[in-house]
Amino acid sequence: MRPSRPPVPASRVFLALLARDLRVARREIVSFLVRSTLQPLLFVVVFGYLLPKMGFVQRGYGAALLPGILGISLALSSLQSVALPMMADFGWTREIEDRLLAPAPIRLVAAEKVVAGVIQGLVAALFVLPVARLIMGPIEALSLAHAGTLLGITLLGALAFSTLGLWMGTGIPPQQIGLMFSVIVAPMIFFGCAYYPWQGLTPVPVVKYAVLVNPLVYVSEGMRGALTPGLPHMPWELVVVALVVMSGVLWTAGIRTFERRAVS
Amino acid sequence: MVTAPPAIETRALRKVYKTPPPGMPQRGVSGPVEIVALDGLDLQVGAGEFFGLLGPNGAGKTTTIGILTTRVKATSGTALVAGVDVVTDGVAVKQRIGVVPQRPNPDRSLIVIENLVFHAAYFGMPHAEATRKAQGLLDMMGIGDRGGAKVDQLSGGQQQRLMIARALIHDPEILFLDEPTAGLDPQARLDLWELLRQMHGEGRTIVMTTHYMEEADRLCERIAIVDRGRLLACDSPRSLKAQAPGGTRIELTLDGDAAGAAAQARGQAGLLRVDVQGAVLSAYAERPGEVLAPLIRTAEAAGRAVRDIHLAPPSLETLFISLTGRKLT
Repeated sequence: MRPSRPPVPASRVFLALLARDLRVARREIVSFLVRSTLQPLLFVVVFGYLLPKMGFVQRGYGAALLPGILGISLALSSLQSVALPMMADFGWTREIEDRLLAPAPIRLVAAEKVVAGVIQGLVAALFVLPVARLIMGPIEALSLAHAGTLLGITLLGALAFSTLGLWMGTGIPPQQIGLMFSVIVAPMIFFGCAYYPWQGLTPVPVVKYAVLVNPLVYVSEGMRGALTPGLPHMPWELVVVALVVMSGVLWTAGIRTFERRAVS
Repeated sequence: MVTAPPAIETRALRKVYKTPPPGMPQRGVSGPVEIVALDGLDLQVGAGEFFGLLGPNGAGKTTTIGILTTRVKATSGTALVAGVDVVTDGVAVKQRIGVVPQRPNPDRSLIVIENLVFHAAYFGMPHAEATRKAQGLLDMMGIGDRGGAKVDQLSGGQQQRLMIARALIHDPEILFLDEPTAGLDPQARLDLWELLRQMHGEGRTIVMTTHYMEEADRLCERIAIVDRGRLLACDSPRSLKAQAPGGTRIELTLDGDAAGAAAQARGQAGLLRVDVQGAVLSAYAERPGEVLAPLIRTAEAAGRAVRDIHLAPPSLETLFISLTGRKLT
């Protein structure tokens, strides 16, 4: 019998998988940024620049809008970075097979996908924040004094949406993915307290409490707390707990569907 | 001396799919159906052996390879690769194997050489070594100038060769190939045979599925004939051929049901055995020349005209037909 190679530490396999995803992401950076930030930035142009110019929207609206736009970009980028490649990975030819054959537990392959999604969410957020601020002009309430909190909320939000991407990408039949994006993602954005603060929903209590199942609500509110702390926002403790719990639930659901697809 | 464990051992391996696996026709049934892909398979492959799994489509070959390579979960039974249980220690199994799938499944987001370099990286190989080995393998596969190409720019045969290179880059002890020559042109098939002999010569265990008799006969040291998830025979090609019903197989295709003609032919001198399937009458004889004319007359006496005659010397094919009552392809 031939001598076998020494076992490879899981961390090394993980880094190789991550290097692969980052290589692919770097190659597709333009289409990635367009896919995840064009829609939110267009919203900024219309509601953060044009409408205030026309006098239809108060100038202060930018302060409410910016954190939400950051949240949407983060959500779209992390979600799509994980969910969309899964379609090809588990499609007809099962491209992911060479990674499933890597000498590591297949959970590690799923975990790596989530981490790659978090990194891509961070990149999208870093890109959108200055661009949106440039389009809208100076925002009085904006403060970067809580950069640490901002980074923490961004990471947790990216984690929640990457795990959602894992679950959607493996749990939804590929032929229905377009429909599911419309049915899940569009309402998630519009009811994600991105375009308005959660406090603003007080006159409509049914909506105010129904939207709490939406992870984007916590990301948007967390961003508000970090970027415009002077304006009404949810307490950050609640935001952190909600995002951690949601990430945990989505990871548990996502890893089950991932394993079901990976091993028949 | 410590004897090495068998490269592969399966005991009472059983796999039931609740829904049909991809590519398997549902036979007109809708909704979840139970399909028994493996029905208590016992196999043993020695270290360093070139082993063939021979059987028609749907025999359970791909499922067997899937279980041994940790991608399919057995319903019951055990499977050991290099003495390691594929369920309890899949990571150790993956460390030792290389897999060439039935359909090429390259990573289409990467260019050709990256497919090899990243696969090597997953197995912990340093970048410089991986790049050097990758180029060497591409050269060996005759696609050394395509390293910078997109995977989609390769022909089907080239993609298949890329898959073989990928299975080899981390220098596995055991190589699994699932129908590796399906879809290759005759020259590419011969090239691959040569390559496989070379891999085997280097001490690798090779497990290959095929539904080409000739391929199994020419390459494998031992062959398992499987059909409908069961092991029908397992031995060296020579011993298997010796087990084939004696003599040459004479196949007469008649213009209608052959049962009547077969009943009469069973009394005919010189025939070792007579089988019937629909309009096809199969007779085995040591001296086909002597019995052919009487056999045709017997068929005509039974009121049937002979449409086609086919003679086959003893082979794996005749063994397979005698074991299963049907043809391989």
